[in-house]
Amino acid sequence: MRFSLYRYAAPSTFYHLAGRLTPWFGWAAGILAVLGLYIGFFVAPTDFQQGEAYRIIFIHVPAAWMSMFIYLVIAFWSAIGLAFNTRLSFMLARALAPTGAMFAFMSLWTGAFWGKPMWGAWWVWDARLTSSLILFFLYVGIMALWSAIDDPRRGDKAGALLALVGAINVPIIYFSVKWWNTLHQGASVKPSGTSMDEVMLAGMLIMAFAAWFYAIATAFYRVRDIILERERHTEWAKEILEK
Amino acid sequence: MEWSSWSQFWDMGGYGFYVWSSYAAMLLGIVIEVVLLRRGRQDTLRRLRRLERWEQSPGERPS
Amino acid sequence: MIGVLLTVIRRDLRLAARRKGDWLTSQFFFVMVVSMFPLGIGPDPEMLRRVAPGIVWVAALLASLLSLSRLFADDHRDGSLEQMLLSPHPAVLVTLGKAIAHWLIYGIPLLLIAPVLGLQFALPPEAIGVLMLSLAIGTPILSLLGGVGAALTLGLRGGGVLLTLLILPLYVPALIFGAGAVDGALSGMGAESHLSLLAAFLVVSLLVSPWVTAAGLRVSIE
Repeated sequence: MRFSLYRYAAPSTFYHLAGRLTPWFGWAAGILAVLGLYIGFFVAPTDFQQGEAYRIIFIHVPAAWMSMFIYLVIAFWSAIGLAFNTRLSFMLARALAPTGAMFAFMSLWTGAFWGKPMWGAWWVWDARLTSSLILFFLYVGIMALWSAIDDPRRGDKAGALLALVGAINVPIIYFSVKWWNTLHQGASVKPSGTSMDEVMLAGMLIMAFAAWFYAIATAFYRVRDIILERERHTEWAKEILEK
Repeated sequence: MEWSSWSQFWDMGGYGFYVWSSYAAMLLGIVIEVVLLRRGRQDTLRRLRRLERWEQSPGERPS
Repeated sequence: MIGVLLTVIRRDLRLAARRKGDWLTSQFFFVMVVSMFPLGIGPDPEMLRRVAPGIVWVAALLASLLSLSRLFADDHRDGSLEQMLLSPHPAVLVTLGKAIAHWLIYGIPLLLIAPVLGLQFALPPEAIGVLMLSLAIGTPILSLLGGVGAALTLGLRGGGVLLTLLILPLYVPALIFGAGAVDGALSGMGAESHLSLLAAFLVVSLLVSPWVTAAGLRVSIE
């Protein structure tokens, strides 16, 4: 078992594996999204407090969850890469970031469009939105660092260090923002998330899985380009390029 | 959930603008990402092939 | 080991003394940024008193970031940084020493200037005291975390702005607890909890930053 997994740590093997898996994850994401949205719009009932506007949660919450989850995965691969010096780990981290940043931005955007009808303002400085904003900044920072460093190896490790420092800080940041928010009595209105209808929850979870598979598909697709770029002097890469 | 008509569906209880703007933005984000991915791949392949030819050609060594 | 630490600190202090211009620029930047805000938001004393803690703290963040890009750059340029890292002493001593020196040179003046700025915003004496205390605990955090950013962005184009982009999100807890402490003093709710949390954040920074900075330096130099 260990042996076969290590095989896939070689960029050449992973290149082909990722290529085969990407369509599966892509289609799975699509099917789950259709299912989730069907539940969200045609099965889930109208919310007692928020009317139909709450249906934004079926993309807002998955986007928010994914932006946080992907950041953790980036931190994980960064740690693996730094510990074992595996090139592929760093490449995966780089491949995940743009999708994570997109989800972070979307969670902000959809959060604003949910907030306006619900709380009367496009933006409120509540703990969750503010933390999401800072998470978005963290994504921007690490991507800016990667793009500023020409040497791929230096970029890999520098980005990895930054991702780890960020990951350590994220719980602290979240705690401090919650603290800040309760003290300043900001928007105390929370969406009716206290007791969620089971159907709504099911819809949200299915959409979350859809987002997850989408992220895997995009990351696999992106990492193949990165692998080719880095490995272009090897025989197997030249073969592919020559086709 | 029973929608009595399509217009009721689009209206979303008065919140149609907000709901559909959100979904449109999400869809746009995904579409843009996928387009960029495909274009990125083509660019990468083209660039790497060009680099390959350049490095192979005699008398021309990249700096 | 303490000897190495002191040597690093003393060296940086001596170098900074030769270039007082840089140091002064940083302090004037701090004062100017703070003074800009009333010009932007109006002179109403009640409102200014409310926003003073946040403004002073944000200005302190920016002033620190301004000086941090030079933390390793000068030594890197003349090769002395490499020498320091090649020595048998652990690199952590170098990074910790540099952070301490940075705090002595750029951090302490901030908290010494703060009372004057507090008066500009009509802060009562207890609040000014808490402001100084919060900066005293908080500015080392700025130097420590900033060192991480300085190490990672060493020698890069657009280094200073990039450094700011990377480190500002990480500063948020310090900003919240630091400015919050002064707010607590102003509102009468007390500053102890904020200051304790700030101190805890300092401890975390102290435990994490020197090692990450050292790793970052090695990554940036090789």
